[in-house]
Amino acid sequence: MKALLGWLDQRTGYKKIVNEILFENIPGGPRWRYIWGSALTFCIFVQFATGIMLWMAYSPSSQTAWESVYFIQEEMNAGWLLRGIHHYAAQLMTVLLILHLMQVVIDKAYTAPREVNYWFGLGLLFLVMALSLTGYLLPWDQKGYWATKVATNMVAITPVIGESLQKIVIGGADYGHHTLTRFFALHAGVLPGLLILLIVVHIYLFRRHGIKAKKPFRRADTPFWPEQVFRDLVAALAVMAAILGLVLWFDGAHLSAPADPAERYPARPDWYFMFLFQFLKYFKGEGVLWGGIYIPAFIVGLLFLMPFIGRWKQGHRFNLIFLYTLLGGFVYLTYIAYAKDAKDEEFQFAQEQARKDAERIRVLANAPAGIPQGGATSLLRSDPYTQGPKIFADKCASCHAYGGMDGLGRELKEPQSAPDLKGVGSREWLAGFVDPDQIATAKYFGGTHFVDRDGGNQSRMVEYVMGLRDLSPTGQGELAKVVAAVSAQAELKSQKGLDDADSDLIREGSDLFWDGITGLDEACIDCHGWDGEESSESRTPDLTGWMSREYMIEFIKNPEHPRFYGSGNDRMPVYGEEGTLTEKQIGLVVDWLRGEWYEPVDTQMP
Amino acid sequence: MAHINLSENTKLENEKKPIPEEDAKPEKAERREFMVKVGSVCLGGVVAIPPIAAGVAVLMDPLRRKQGDTDFTRVTLLDALPEDGTPKKFTIYADKQDAWNKFPNTAIGAIYLCRKSDGKVDAYNVVCPHLGCAVVFRESERDYYCPCHNSAFDLETGTQAPDSPSARGLDSLEVRLENEGEVWVKFQNFQPGIADKKAIA
Repeated sequence: MKALLGWLDQRTGYKKIVNEILFENIPGGPRWRYIWGSALTFCIFVQFATGIMLWMAYSPSSQTAWESVYFIQEEMNAGWLLRGIHHYAAQLMTVLLILHLMQVVIDKAYTAPREVNYWFGLGLLFLVMALSLTGYLLPWDQKGYWATKVATNMVAITPVIGESLQKIVIGGADYGHHTLTRFFALHAGVLPGLLILLIVVHIYLFRRHGIKAKKPFRRADTPFWPEQVFRDLVAALAVMAAILGLVLWFDGAHLSAPADPAERYPARPDWYFMFLFQFLKYFKGEGVLWGGIYIPAFIVGLLFLMPFIGRWKQGHRFNLIFLYTLLGGFVYLTYIAYAKDAKDEEFQFAQEQARKDAERIRVLANAPAGIPQGGATSLLRSDPYTQGPKIFADKCASCHAYGGMDGLGRELKEPQSAPDLKGVGSREWLAGFVDPDQIATAKYFGGTHFVDRDGGNQSRMVEYVMGLRDLSPTGQGELAKVVAAVSAQAELKSQKGLDDADSDLIREGSDLFWDGITGLDEACIDCHGWDGEESSESRTPDLTGWMSREYMIEFIKNPEHPRFYGSGNDRMPVYGEEGTLTEKQIGLVVDWLRGEWYEPVDTQMP
Repeated sequence: MAHINLSENTKLENEKKPIPEEDAKPEKAERREFMVKVGSVCLGGVVAIPPIAAGVAVLMDPLRRKQGDTDFTRVTLLDALPEDGTPKKFTIYADKQDAWNKFPNTAIGAIYLCRKSDGKVDAYNVVCPHLGCAVVFRESERDYYCPCHNSAFDLETGTQAPDSPSARGLDSLEVRLENEGEVWVKFQNFQPGIADKKAIA
């Protein structure tokens, strides 16, 4: 064995290297305060190990990035753990870097002859920040997409070259495939390459000058191995425990919905850049140059000059105060930013929506149909459960309500002037409509022109329903049958069982539609179309296929069509004709109102 | 201090030996060596050019690509816009090229349309001219508001509120009213962060 090692040493000289690595002299013996560098080195090891494995499963393009990360997170063996470790180790590394920097400055280890090494350390700090920034975009989720968009817009404000520089950074005029390929090349190639280079030089220089020992010495000198190594490894254990703790506490790294440029999202950076986010709010107009470029550049410049400033006793004191101020500013701005968001209702609401989207996309991606070739963005875009309420809140809720709310669970902004559409088409909804106590309430026609509050010109329908008050029990029973028959036209998924079971009742109801209800002068057919026969009047809706998918879509496209309200239409816009809603959007909102969306077989959506 | 003993044999075979006195270079050889040095530096430079130049050329490729000028698109009918001047948001659909993919008729952006008392229509890109988030119409304040860095914009004119970080007002878009009440808009994006309204080419 010894001969073999001797042979190897003769050819590689490894013993000398091992010697230098392990037996560096530590004046005054091992100390806990020397662990920071090693803890960081350990973090970097963690990032390389996990990063390379993530790389093996990641695919950078706007149609595959989110999808591949989703697959890692949800489908691959321990993928959530791997991604979680990589994510939280990055965050912890930022914290450790700042602590390391503080320790170096407090211990005066940045002054001669260690200036160059200090600069390399600062370089490493900025490299790690750049790695965080580039890594944040890679999952191509809403969170990373919008945060990074703001960050790269900062590039564009650089004087003279800003616009070109931004194009080079994001790979074109807008975000897309090439933004990802570039960020990934930076994140997994260029920056780690530089990181290794800088670390090698950093450690080399560190060994060249030896450790800046803290005095007074408590013990005799010892070599690095084994006592300091042991302390460093205990630190590494603590780091690993913290990372795993964070992963478990937060249930892995979050993945929001896939990036969608058309979907509003409250852009916020990750916590370590929140201070900058807040800082930018204080600069008006083109002062953003000061907040985003000049002042940060000045601070960085000052950090690099600290070894020279620190030559004087007062200078060192200045450096310390400067660093503590920076740290205090960092904490203060971060706190302000979060405190403001916590109070901002709009932001909280938008975040809640984003959380719902993130939850829903998991259900859709996990559906038997899976993620289509074109990527997951289309899944949410064509999901009635997600889009229906948004479209409703945006376009319908200025008149209609959904369960008294705007579809997204917010209070209505304007007084309701058209029916509440929750459950529209169902027997329950229709039974309420023909209830004399309800027809003139806000839930149905209360806000419309069909009801005249001064007791004058009521619409014939409202008059008719009011007349039902005196209906005999027989008539009541017949009315319920008509309601069942008309409601069956909607073919609601939720009512299928009921409709199938009551087919006889529905047939009777249909006959009563023609023949009239006992005790009433007029039959439904006297005004409304039924069973393929058109309405006798152009101002009364044809009830054939009432509230079926096709019926609702055509109605929303053009309620003024003779099949519906004709010239008797109240204020319902002709959405299809005006282009306020596309055919697809109308389909989405209709499907949502009808309760038709994908639901996993065993779990119920909230 | 513990040490691993270094073997005596670790000296390398080709280690530099001192040049013997009698081999000192004559002038001619010195000039030759100088030329070789110059040559080496030149060669070193030349061989590095093709890979670096090709690489930089590809890196700079985005500068060559222009965003195609978008034409006027029909957005809605004048009647669809509230007469009280409340703005309405519309998504703009157009073909989008993303590197190797073409996405036909996809959402490329959004605008607010606002009907004026004189029958004209104002159109604004929803992208905040500060740093590119999307502004929203705030009913409570009757203004446009960006939830990122809190820029606010006047509903009537689109100009930024005095204490807003944005360097300019919302970016207005060209509007044409055609065929009796159709609203057509020329959709464009603009460079954020600067006081001048400059279209992204």
